[in-house]
Amino acid sequence: MNSENEPGNAVSQRPTLPDSRPVTLRVNGTTHHLQLAPWTSLLDALREHLHLTGTKKGCDHGQCGACTLLVDGKRINSCLTLAVMQQDKAITTVEGLAQGDELHPVQQAFIDHDAFQCGYCTPGQICSVIGLVNEGQAKTLDDIKDLMSGNVCRCGAYANIIQVAREALERNTGL
Amino acid sequence: MRPFSYTQSPDVTTAVQEVSAQGAKFIAGGTNLLDLMKIDVMSPSHLVDITQLALNTIEETPDGGLRLGALAKNADTAYHELVQTRYPLLAHAILAGATAQLRNMATDGGNLLQRTRCYYFYDTHTPCNKREPGSGCSAIKGYNRDLAILGTSEHCIATHPSDMCVALAALEATVHVKSSQGERAIPFAEFHRLPGDTPHLDTNLHPTEIITAIELPAKGFAQHYAYLKLRDRASYAFALVSVAAALELEGDTVKEARIALGGVAHKPWRVPEAEALLQGKPASKENFRAVAEAYLAGAKGYGDNTFKIELAKRAIVRALEQAISMEGKS
Ligand SMILES: Cc1cc2nc3c(=O)[nH]c(=O)nc-3n(C[C@H](O)[C@H](O)[C@H](O)COP(=O)(O)OP(=O)(O)OC[C@H]3O[C@@H](n4cnc5c(N)ncnc54)[C@H](O)[C@@H]3O)c2cc1C
Ligand code: SF4
Ligand code: FES
Ligand code: FES
Repeated sequence: MNSENEPGNAVSQRPTLPDSRPVTLRVNGTTHHLQLAPWTSLLDALREHLHLTGTKKGCDHGQCGACTLLVDGKRINSCLTLAVMQQDKAITTVEGLAQGDELHPVQQAFIDHDAFQCGYCTPGQICSVIGLVNEGQAKTLDDIKDLMSGNVCRCGAYANIIQVAREALERNTGL
Repeated sequence: MRPFSYTQSPDVTTAVQEVSAQGAKFIAGGTNLLDLMKIDVMSPSHLVDITQLALNTIEETPDGGLRLGALAKNADTAYHELVQTRYPLLAHAILAGATAQLRNMATDGGNLLQRTRCYYFYDTHTPCNKREPGSGCSAIKGYNRDLAILGTSEHCIATHPSDMCVALAALEATVHVKSSQGERAIPFAEFHRLPGDTPHLDTNLHPTEIITAIELPAKGFAQHYAYLKLRDRASYAFALVSVAAALELEGDTVKEARIALGGVAHKPWRVPEAEALLQGKPASKENFRAVAEAYLAGAKGYGDNTFKIELAKRAIVRALEQAISMEGKS
């Protein structure tokens, strides 16, 4: 970043393609052995390689929260991390929340509160609410709003999403 | 993203060796580097993953300060009990930045080295001296609402976007760094640079050096502080202007004042001579305004961002008033 020999786009010796390597990911309790190029984001590994398409790609730049999932119980943006850097961690996506046919209480609450319209942001919102509970830092309604601000909803379902989060905190429904 | 090779370092010695290769860079949280690599603003040919290094602890120092490991997460730092109780200014500044998701990923070391949010820096189709030295600055005569009003040069008017760093400047932290040549400690005021005629250099860290820790001195100003961040929406936006204010009071008299500004310069902005104007003076609005005037004395607007000059003055006054009243803080 601050090196005099690497201004801007200077491209120095590139490795020859393809440079894929074994990557082990533990997703929703199942261990997967993959061959991935190092530049594969966790989001792309899930969607393109494991075909777990519940986690959505909105911006691919950390700005929308559609790709939110849980790593060791905490929320992250899966578009801004490399799959190869998330090995041996417990990754939970929206696909891992229900128990058989029984929805996770936060999933059910999204239906009960009519907290979505097109549904594109919803998997990220659901994981974010569960992360919010797990992280244990929200004490007030203002805290909830602030700590949920990383999940953008183009349909504007915010009022009902906040209701879900509030209820989840009251019931303490994490993972 | 352009292809790159990747290694994970087991220890600091290996990490600094690996990063000395041509085109190599460290990756920590990845939240700034990967963002910029996706749009080809940065294009390292090798990434050295430092997330497994034992640099993520937060520990008390023998002289009563606190040592934040470079790999401590922004969220873990802000919610750490000793940070909350002894350095609440830092906790507030960190929590004013980014989102819960990003703070769970971002590291303290990476936060210091995040790059500017100047729109032209991000747009590889426009000239930018920071991205492509010698190509020109698109912002000076272009759209510059978010850009700097202090310490600018004819080559670059970018701002440093960090909130955390504004608090670290006010608290006079020290940055500990290491390379294969040895270790050194950089006072926070000397860590970031002004653009001058080398706007491609953000900091005085050498590319082969790793940040190992950020050290906070014992004095945390936990009694009277405020982090005021003014932005276009209430959460999840970079600062137009931010102020870290810390006061030590004796009755109504100011014993010591620290003020650092964010969003206005290429580095967190401090003017110790202006802070000194408050020393031994009553903590009054008139005196605060006088300090604010002194802080912005050399400010220069570039059109779209000229409003920031008055905004910054008023923000300084308000932050100092909040530091006195401590309203809304427990
Ligand atoms: C959508 C969005 C909104 C944001 N909003 C805010 C905001 O409001 N306020 C704010 O302050 N920040 C904000 N951020 C920025 C965020 O805080 C930074 O991206 C983050 O702190 C960078 O830390 P990292 O660990 O992810 O760094 P990385 O991306 O891993 O690294 C950044 C740089 O630092 C170098 N590096 C990392 N660690 C070390 C080390 N120990 N030694 C030497 N070099 C190192 C890397 O080589 C790289 O050049 C935002 C980011 C995004 C994506
Ligand atoms: S202000 Fe700096 S970063 Fe922005 S275009 Fe000009 S040179 Fe580039
Ligand atoms: S896709 Fe990751 S934050 Fe938008
Ligand atoms: S429900 Fe459509 S984006 Fe949120």
